[in-house]
Amino acid sequence: MSTLRVVIVDDHAMFRTGVRAEIDGPVDVVGEAEDVDSAVAVIAEAKPDVVLLDVHMPGGGGLEVIRRLHLRHPDTRFLALSVSDAAEDVIGIIRAGARGYVTKNISGPELLDAIGRVAAGDAVFSPRLAGFVLDAFAGTIEIAQVDEDLDRLTEREREVMRLIARGYAYKEVAKELFISIKTVETHVSSVLRKLQLSSRHELTRWANDRRLI
Amino acid sequence: MTTYRRAYRPADRRLVGGVATGVADHFGVPVIYVRLAFIVSTWFQGVGVIAYLILWRLLPLQRPEMAPGLESATRRGLRGVQRNRTGPVEVAQTAALGAIGIGVLLLIQSTGRGINDGLFGPLLIGVIGVAVVWRQFDDVTWNRWMRQTRGWAFASRVAAGVGLVAVAAVYLVTKQGGWGAAVNLASAMVIAVLGVGLILGPWIARLTGDLSDERRERVRSQERADVAAHLHDSVLQTLALLQKNAGDSSAVATLARRQERELRAWLYGDDERPGDSLVAALKGSAAEVEDAHRVPVEVIAVGDTPLDPDVTALARAAREAMVNAAKHAGVDRIDVYAEVAGRTAEVFVRDRGVGFDIDVIADDRMGVRGSIVDRVRRHGGTATIRSEPGGGTEVALRMPIRIGDPLSSTSSPSTSVSTEEVSP
Repeated sequence: MSTLRVVIVDDHAMFRTGVRAEIDGPVDVVGEAEDVDSAVAVIAEAKPDVVLLDVHMPGGGGLEVIRRLHLRHPDTRFLALSVSDAAEDVIGIIRAGARGYVTKNISGPELLDAIGRVAAGDAVFSPRLAGFVLDAFAGTIEIAQVDEDLDRLTEREREVMRLIARGYAYKEVAKELFISIKTVETHVSSVLRKLQLSSRHELTRWANDRRLI
Repeated sequence: MTTYRRAYRPADRRLVGGVATGVADHFGVPVIYVRLAFIVSTWFQGVGVIAYLILWRLLPLQRPEMAPGLESATRRGLRGVQRNRTGPVEVAQTAALGAIGIGVLLLIQSTGRGINDGLFGPLLIGVIGVAVVWRQFDDVTWNRWMRQTRGWAFASRVAAGVGLVAVAAVYLVTKQGGWGAAVNLASAMVIAVLGVGLILGPWIARLTGDLSDERRERVRSQERADVAAHLHDSVLQTLALLQKNAGDSSAVATLARRQERELRAWLYGDDERPGDSLVAALKGSAAEVEDAHRVPVEVIAVGDTPLDPDVTALARAAREAMVNAAKHAGVDRIDVYAEVAGRTAEVFVRDRGVGFDIDVIADDRMGVRGSIVDRVRRHGGTATIRSEPGGGTEVALRMPIRIGDPLSSTSSPSTSVSTEEVSP
């Protein structure tokens, strides 16, 4: 497998430098950007595999970056990276299309692991994100426009989310529920999909695109 | 002592004035019924519209409360566009209701049983004018805190609203006099307004400009003072401590973490006191354990519930479990997960540390038996401890909630993960 190409988008130069120093080598950092416009330009040009995306940024935040790029570059995967603890912002960026959320105090190896997972098409759920997701599906967090359309989680998906929120790694979740790691990943991805497809209409379109209907 | 619950008009979830939404929130009924009530009562001599306008004036506008960090991020445009919380379905529904309402109203009008024909037209126009103007002023009140009011689109809308009201007045007064009188009166009004405008206009413009500048400056300086005070209190202290402890890496990490936690709580809300609720108590305990034992404790919570004696026992037992994990497990991270679902509160305290043989603790570890298992049982809950040497420990605590309502209950029942019970 070739080295993954990564773009770092964050409005704090010091943080970009820090992350670059930590991950450059195992992955290839092909670009940096500090606001929405430059991010869109850099990503469109560099066509990275994974974009590390700050949640709060000048020009409309990470949400805006995903919104502008998602249709044109559907292969680019986004991993939200933030200090922000505002649940609705985190859920918002996941709903827009990011495949995971980690906090900025994550260690270098953990971040590399998360980048690898996101690039492989899996979802990266930290305990905090799992907590937010459970909250969102319980209707405790208000999400713009969708509340009642959100699909319910299955019992199994809830169990997986709860274990992740309790601090279990995917491997430990698998052991606990007597299922394979692959199955855990499937459950997590399906939770992500339920979050991202808010309405019936979008779900139908999603199924149509994949010739499921 | 009873405090009265006030009704508000929510600024971020309204279609016209937010009255229906506010009333619906206050009485806990779906907003569609309230709208229906306003429309139906309008058929009887316009009672609904009058009630709506009166409530619009009387109910205060409620701005969404935001933590300083979020408010600032919103103001600087770091969070993306804040869309209205009212969905297209709601808009369409209300428009349909309104159309039916107006249809029935016109029908009643045509049978001659409605409002006096001479009054109906001007009243309708006047009400729309008033609504347009009031809506603009609501926006000013709200936006003052968010971003500056947009200049001339705003002015033109206010002008349009005032124009509508004026037209209604002219129409009403000159109903008997015919068109000639209407034109006369209208031109007299226009000339009067122009004259007054010419004389007073520049002065009013400068005055409002000064006022808004001054207001902006005052808000800004208050914010600066807040931030300065906060930084002085906490961040500077921490920096000083960091310099003193520069050689001790675990002390530095603990200090940095504590500071991070404080700043985060200040910027992004949840600055509850530990006495308020289960989650606040857990977060307080986690902070204390972190400081005392230098192990990061991550608290994740879904739902919350106020503290009563049972929940307090649960929080204390959880604290004991955290202390045990910090003292004995030898780990660099403890995960705490709390969930309040329906009428059960659950807390899980987990570490990936050395673990222990659960059969042994029954005799020699009073801490686990007395302060965790027995304490929870006395209050009607259950405590489950799972551990194996080398495999980490998880303490699962469950407690039924008896008094009061959970602050926010999750809708689906909690799933329970199969665990074997320890009999102490």
